[in-house]
Parts: sequence; C-alpha cells; structure tokens
Amino acid sequence: MDATAQKPTGTPQTTTTPERAVGAVLVVGAGISGMQSALDLAEAGFVVHLVEKSPSIAGTMPMLDKTFPTNDCSMCILSPRVVDVGSHMNIKIHTLSELVALSGQPGNFTATIKKHPRYVDIDLCVSCGRCETVCPQDVPNPFNQGLDTRKAIYKPYAQAFPNAYVIDKQNCQECGTCAEKCPRKAINYDMTGELVDIPVGAVILAPGFEIFDASLRGEYGYGIYKNVVTSLQFERMLSASGPHQGHLVRPSDGTEPRKIAFIQCVGSREPGKERNYCSGVCCMYATKEAVVAKEHVPGLDATIFCIDVRAFGKGFEQYYQRARDEYGVRYIKCMVSSVKELQQTKNLVLKYRTPNGKLHEEQFDLVVLSVGLKPPAGIEALAQTAGVALDENGFCQPGPEPGSTTRPGVYAAGAFAGPKDIPETVIEASAAAGYVSSLLGKSRYTLTETKEPVPEKDVSEELPRTGVFVCHCGINIGSIIDVPAVKNYAKTLPGVVYAGEFTFACAQDSLETIKKRINSQKLNRVVVASCTPRTHAPLFQNALREAGLNPYLYEHVNIREHSSWVHRDQKESATAKAKDLVRMAVAKARLLKPVTVTHSEVNRNALVVGGGAAGMAAAMSLSRQGFGVHLVEKADTLGGRLAHMHRTITGVDTQKLLAELTGQVENDPNIHIITGAHITDVSGYPGNYRTVVRTRDQTYELVHGAAILATGAREVTPEGYLYGQHPGVITQTGLEQRIRGGNLAGSQNIVMIQCAGSRDEKRPWCSRICCSHAIKNALLIKEQQPDTNVYIFYRDIRVYGKLEKYYTEARRQGVIFIQYEPEDPPQVIDAGDGKLAVTAPDPTLGYSVTIDADLLVLSAGVEANTDNEELSKLFKVPLSAEGFLLEAHMKLRPVDFAADGMYLCGLAHAPKLLDETLVQASAAAMRAATLLSKERLENVAITAYVDEELCIGCGLCVKACSYNARYLEEYTGIARVHETLCQGCGACVAACPSGASQQKGYEKGQMLAMMKAALL
Amino acid sequence: MTTTTQEQQPATANETLAEFEPRIIGLVCNWCSYAGADLAGTSRIQYPPNIRLVRVMCTGSIDPLYILRPLLDGADGVLVGG
Repeated sequence: MDATAQKPTGTPQTTTTPERAVGAVLVVGAGISGMQSALDLAEAGFVVHLVEKSPSIAGTMPMLDKTFPTNDCSMCILSPRVVDVGSHMNIKIHTLSELVALSGQPGNFTATIKKHPRYVDIDLCVSCGRCETVCPQDVPNPFNQGLDTRKAIYKPYAQAFPNAYVIDKQNCQECGTCAEKCPRKAINYDMTGELVDIPVGAVILAPGFEIFDASLRGEYGYGIYKNVVTSLQFERMLSASGPHQGHLVRPSDGTEPRKIAFIQCVGSREPGKERNYCSGVCCMYATKEAVVAKEHVPGLDATIFCIDVRAFGKGFEQYYQRARDEYGVRYIKCMVSSVKELQQTKNLVLKYRTPNGKLHEEQFDLVVLSVGLKPPAGIEALAQTAGVALDENGFCQPGPEPGSTTRPGVYAAGAFAGPKDIPETVIEASAAAGYVSSLLGKSRYTLTETKEPVPEKDVSEELPRTGVFVCHCGINIGSIIDVPAVKNYAKTLPGVVYAGEFTFACAQDSLETIKKRINSQKLNRVVVASCTPRTHAPLFQNALREAGLNPYLYEHVNIREHSSWVHRDQKESATAKAKDLVRMAVAKARLLKPVTVTHSEVNRNALVVGGGAAGMAAAMSLSRQGFGVHLVEKADTLGGRLAHMHRTITGVDTQKLLAELTGQVENDPNIHIITGAHITDVSGYPGNYRTVVRTRDQTYELVHGAAILATGAREVTPEGYLYGQHPGVITQTGLEQRIRGGNLAGSQNIVMIQCAGSRDEKRPWCSRICCSHAIKNALLIKEQQPDTNVYIFYRDIRVYGKLEKYYTEARRQGVIFIQYEPEDPPQVIDAGDGKLAVTAPDPTLGYSVTIDADLLVLSAGVEANTDNEELSKLFKVPLSAEGFLLEAHMKLRPVDFAADGMYLCGLAHAPKLLDETLVQASAAAMRAATLLSKERLENVAITAYVDEELCIGCGLCVKACSYNARYLEEYTGIARVHETLCQGCGACVAACPSGASQQKGYEKGQMLAMMKAALL
Repeated sequence: MTTTTQEQQPATANETLAEFEPRIIGLVCNWCSYAGADLAGTSRIQYPPNIRLVRVMCTGSIDPLYILRPLLDGADGVLVGG
C-alpha cells in the first residue's frame, strides 16, 4: 500500500491511495524536522499529532548560537516557526509523550501515546516564574549543557513552547513551596500520566539525534580537564542567552581564552567502532564557532584539527575560505593523539603529528571537541514499537525509496534517517510530508477544524468608545507598575469609556470578561496593556472577533517586556512609562478603522519547469497528491542529466529509474508535458499565475497556482590537464559511460583528479557530488576489473553522512588517495603511446610521485545553467553569486522562494546527489501543495491602499515595492495595490509624496497621533 | 548656540547634562528590533526608562515625518531600529 513504492513502468500511482484513509498524521519528534512536517501537513488539510518526549518543542536548534553559512541568530530564525506550530489549530502538540504502540495498515493506523505528567497545568500556568524563584533544588541545566544549574521546577529556556513550567520529578523534593507560591494554583504533584489511542493514516518518525559522549574518547580528557568542552557546550558559551550572557570565558578560571583548539571527528568517522559515518555538520559548525569566537575576542587564535574540511553544502566552501583567509582560522590536517592539562595554568598541551611525520606539542587555553551526532537513546525501543528496521549505526534503515522506512506508511526524516544539517533536515521533513500527502490525499480536510465566523458589527458611524484592560501578569507587572493607577489614568483619556484590570489578562475567564464588556459597554475600540503583542495580540484580537468586533479595532501595549521587566528598580518611572504607552495606544485606537481580510481563489494546477529527475519527481508527487501539472522541458526529451548517469553510489540503477520516471509522467493523465518548450512570459500572483510557453509550432498560455523551478545545472567543461587535447583525458561523466559500456579494458592505471573545475578562483564553490562520484566510479572499476589501479588526487574527501562507508570501502579495496594542495596541483604530460604521466608531491612520502596513467579522469564539478539569468527575470526570483537559484532562507526555507507560490529543487538550487534531488523534489511538491490544497488564500490584512483623489501617478510606490504589488493603472495612471501580493511592509507609504498611499492599521495619521501622544 | 558659548559655561552644561532626562521615541521593526526589545525584557536586562517604542511592520514604512514631527513636538531623539 506504499503509494510511492517501486512500481512497474507506466502505472498511474494515484490508484494506490486508500479510499477511506484517516486524515490525521502522527509525527514523532518535534524538532526542526517534526515541526516542518507538521506545518506542511496541517497547511495541506491534515490533522497532525506532534509527539515530543521532552517538555518543549523545537529540539536542538534553540541551543545553537548562530547558524552557518549566514551567521543568523538561531533562535531569531526559529521562533516564528515555533509560534506557527504552537498556534496552528490543526496541530495537536503532545509534550512529555512517547509512542508505545502502533498497529494497523497504511491509511489506518492506531497509535498509542503515553503522556507523562508535567505536574504543572499548562492551561493555568502563565509562566510568571514565581515557582522557580522559591524552589530550593538546583539541578545541572541540560539546556546549557551542564554549564550552570536550573531548578527542579523549570522552563527549559526563555522562549520555550509550550510557555509553561514543568517539574523534574526525579530531582524534586516535593517540599510544596512552589505549589504554595503559585498564584494560579497550577502545580499538582499528584498528576498522573495517561495512555491515549489516536487513529492516524500515516506516521513520520523524526526523533532527531544525540551528541556523542565525548568522555568515551579518553585521550582528550573530557570530564577530567575543565577546559575541555564539547562543541555544544561551546555553542552555549558563545550564546547571549547562555550561562555567561555571551561573554566567552573558560570554565576553569573565568578568564577570556586567547588560544582555542577544535578537535574534529570526535565520535564520527571511526570505522572500527561502529561509527563508520561522517556526522556531516561538525566541520562547518567548528568553522562557525571559530569565526564567532574570534568576533567575541579580538585577536583570538583558533585552530581546527581535522582529517578533511568537509565544506560541501551551498555556500559552505566560501564560508570556509573566509574563515581561513579573512578571519585567520588555522586548519591543521591531522588528528590529535593526546591532550594533557598543565597543573598551574590549566592550559592544555596537544600532541599531534602532521602528515610530513613531524611530531608537535602545542599549548592551548581551551579545547573544543567537535562531537558527532548519534541516534538518540531509546531509539531501538521506538524502532521496535514503530516496526521499522535500523541500520548498522542505529539510524533508520531506508526503505525502497528516499524517505521511506521498512514499514509501509511509516516515513523517516531528519537526523534519524542519517546525520545531517538543518537545510537537509527541513527538506527531508517536507519530503516526508509529501509522501504522506500522496498516500492520504483523498482524506484531505476530512478531520481538520475551522471556526464559524461571528457576524461583524458595523461601528463606522459610532464615535470611538475605547475600553482599556491592564494586566498584572501575576506579580510580573503588578509588583513594579502601579496597575490600578494606570487603569485609573486610562479612564481620563479621550474616548475611553471603560477601564479594567486583570491578574492575568490572557486567562480564559479574562477573555470572556473582555467579550462581555465589549457588549455591555458598547466598546468599539479595545486596548490591552500586558505583555508582547508578538505572542499575545492574536489572542485578544480573537476575543474581539468573537464579540463581533473587527479584530483590527485593537491596539496592544507592552508594559511587561518593555517596562516592568526592564525598569525593575525604578517603579515610578516604570509606571509613568506604562501610562505614556497606554496614552499612545489610546490615541492611535481612536483613529483605527476596521480592516477586512480579502481572499483570492486558487488554481489547482502547478507549473514544473524542467523535465529532469527533479522536475519529473516533483510532477509525480503533485499528481499523486491530486493536483494537475504542466511539465515544461526545453529539450525535446525528458530526462535531463539522468540520461548521462549509470548508477548511484548507493547502487540505484539510474537508467531503470529514468525509464520508470518518464513512463510514469508520460502515462499520467494529470500531467501535461510540453517538450522543446521556451517560456516567454510569466505574470500573475500566488494561486493565479499565467505563463506563456512557446514550442516550435505552438504557443500555450498556462494558468497555474504555483510554480516549481527544477531546471538543473551542467557539468563544467574542464580547463587544463590536457583535457580536449589528449583522448585519454575525460570527465567523470565520460568515465561513467565507459563503465556502463564495459569498455575499460586495457586501462591498467586510472588516475582521477578532484576539484578540476571547483574550489578555484573562477568557480569558488564545492560541487559536493564529485567525491562521491569518484569513489563510486572507483568501486565500479574495481568491481569490473579488480586488478586495475585507481589513484585519486584530492584536496579534501567530502563524502558525508552515511556515504563515509563507501570511502572506507574504496580504501579497503586498494584505491589510493593522494592529497594535493591547490598551489601545487598534479602536473599532466603526454607520455606517448596514448599514455599520460601524472606527477604530484605526496605529502606522506615527502617527495613527488609520477603515475603512468592509461586514463585520466577529471572530477569537473557542477555549474549553473547559463539561462538561469533569463529564468530569474521571468519568474522574478533571485540568483546566488554563483548563478544558482537562491532560496528564501538557506537554513529554514530551502525549497521556497521568498515570493509565495514559487518553489525550487534539484541541481538548479545547488549541486547535489540524485537521491537528494529526488527528496528535494518531493519537498518542493509538498510546499506547493500547502498552497494548492487551499480553498482560497487569505491575503495579508494590513495591506497598502490608495486614496485615488490624492494620487498623482508618480509611480514612486511602484519603485519602492519589493513584492511587485504596486502598479499604475493603464489609462488613469492611478497607483493600485495587488492585495494578493502586498506583504504590508509600508515601504510604498513612506515613498508616497502626496499621502495617497496608506497602510491599513498603520496609517500616517494614526502613527503621528501615537507619537504626539507620547510627548504630551 | 555657538561653540564659544558652550565653552564659556562648562560647569552649568555638565550640571544640566547630569539632570537631563531625554525623551526618546523609538521606531522599531516588528520582526527584529521590537523582538529584540522583547528579548531584553525576557532576559531582564535593565536600561533607562527614557524611550517610548512605536512598533512598525517594517522600517521601510517610516515616513521622514515620523522622525521630524516628534523632534518638533519636543522629543530629544528618535531611534530607528530595523
């Protein structure tokens, strides 16, 4: 019943969807992976049960300080996503819960969830933190990796969701102090757990990873020497929310370190110890940590000891180059044999032998161990419960296709499927959601909830009648700010007819009171003064909606984060500030107007540009999910680069895959294929695009709701190394064709040169796939002709994750790897008789070696298609400096463009392997499905609008708009707003010289009134 | 006021400076600086109570008037964070 399992050529896949499948999905693990799957599925019409064993969602990412390669603050980019998950009506979050049984079939499973007690009532707890201040029990704080302590009653971290405390029962003395002090009586030591059965149609497993226990590598002294820390501890040390508020100090004496060593591969790439995998993230996070540390401590010396520098992802190589050349991070390619502490200084002496055989001893102030990722504790039990197999390292054993497991209907994503970094995790999570959405497509919107709207009162003719509600937030506000005084002051303000106060304004009973007051006092404007509007305004706006008042007749005042919490020792000033802020909000509220949310219809077809592996896989996924597809390919046949491939490193027969994929798309009634096509025009907006496509003899105007760009990339044509001058010099693609044809006979010595077209001045990026391709081809050669010698000249071997084992295998089979430096590359000369001589210095031997080669294979790398520029102009999507398509966010939105309704996948995004392309295609299809599956799209409410009488048609608003949402009407010359495209930034409002452009809810008059009130 | 007059009354100027409590209007972007001010609160970072924050959806929406008017109305400074 696995809808996407291998099928014979040409069988339409849509028929495999169960007719009466359950429209709910179980997602195990609420890290970045589980959250992404949950959001995608909930947005596409499914109910999601998100099961998380810890007390809060979001996984490991909140612990990270910054993220590579953009150095974005981790928490800042993550928080909005957590809010989206937490507030989604169709995502049911079960924290402190685990899966204990899973029975049934794809489409109809019953999942049994064990919910452990929190001992704090989530509905009552308002996270005031009183309990924590009175708790006598200190416990090492896992969020800060044991660098400081927390209490037995705690919130994992400031921004944790659910925003509620939890009791660590193992460490709780049950003294009763917190329960007594809790103003909401939310604490109950006797709370018990429960078992619940949940019917679901499919399951996604995303339990994440755990870091390797560094004390198992005894030679590094972790756990014995204070100044040896793990990379995750170091991450917390760098973080502003960490134990030292971001001041980098070493644990032994609190002094600033001047010289730091990073030791790589601690718990990774250890074939002898059942860790024959690369964790895939450590080289980059160490590089990032070194760079950030150098920013913290000017003049700091950072050294990274590594085997290879695996900077293989998009933008990684350039990041590594900057770290090395601009920041002066030192990379030494060797492993450290021992770390010893000096008694007096607590400095650490590292012993290491460089490749030339020389032994070194060097002192450092601080040593950071780059610990690898491993399957989390309890994974065997989870695998057994879910009925899926694990691989030799304890990660998920893949099923017949990427993302599947050995049990149909159960999918895997994120680090559980193999160690990987955030973008790949997000891609896999969306892809897994895509497989589920294909399986359960017919049950979309069968279980989801919607709210019946309350009819809205017309208050346009009424004078403002404002109600002000001031919150004590327990003692958070009330102990600093004189809340009754603020309330009484509010009563004196113009237009205010009612003012009240609450202990907790956000509590359900308070919201009911607000609704009652709106009716009894005939309020037509509401102001709440409490905490931040970023989390709480929607709650109160909803109360307005439920009381029949337009939710935009609301203004929020933040007197907690912006006053009581930050002016603790200045109570009078804090109260005065609260009064000012309330006066400002009341002044604005008087001028507020209702804002109506508009909607636009959605066309249920997608356009997929590019008919290679990525495009075909995306088209198939969309069709299986129940959408129509226009698949447009510029060549005369489908297949793209897949046609030139033979086998993948994991053993997939690519020619068979090509035949299957083409057969499937060609026979799919939902897929309309246009080959030999050229796109000439694109217009429209999310949900309704129009694209003009020309072929030699026809012109099509395609209407589609979303577009996926999957236009691929090409192999670099190498320069130098006698390529094109000697018949024995070919590329990896050429070699692959010879292997396929079985015509390697007579080649006794085959030499490969890596990075022959990547990582140089002209193409500064790493092409990611070449190391795997070279190793794959080397293994295939050894399979065909075991006696043939294969030599690979390389700079860094960049196989990653589970691919490491193929590198180990190649070495085992006698493939010889010789490292070279870019400033001293191999020299190639024609040796006559059709042979070549390849000479390069061997760093281990200490002198040059010359190999008589019958065949020289260049790993030429991948470069962007030259027509990307045209594509970028047509679809108004950005390109990276390297010419690849540029996604909305490199970390968290890897398949979306910034503009809604546009997605990308495959080589057009960046170099990647075939299975990664197929996964990304499913992810892009799923992201498109979140839009295509909607009845209609809700437009942003606070859009710009134009007062026609004031508009002079100057067009400055059109220039100011980044979203193509502004245009001049053809005959009248009056500026207009595309409601569907407008994002409500207000840039056009500032640009408008005549005051004709205004932003709803942020009109100039309203803003100026607010500022005037501030200065009264 | 010229530089000379300032130099002539250094003591008074310093004294005034010590008592001077500026009134500052902060125009901050919802997505970054406003969130930053929230985090300052969550982290209990203490700062002088002289600023009144006005939330905008993007600093790109800030009309020059938003800066000039408060200055004319008596603000001692306008901070734009985005």
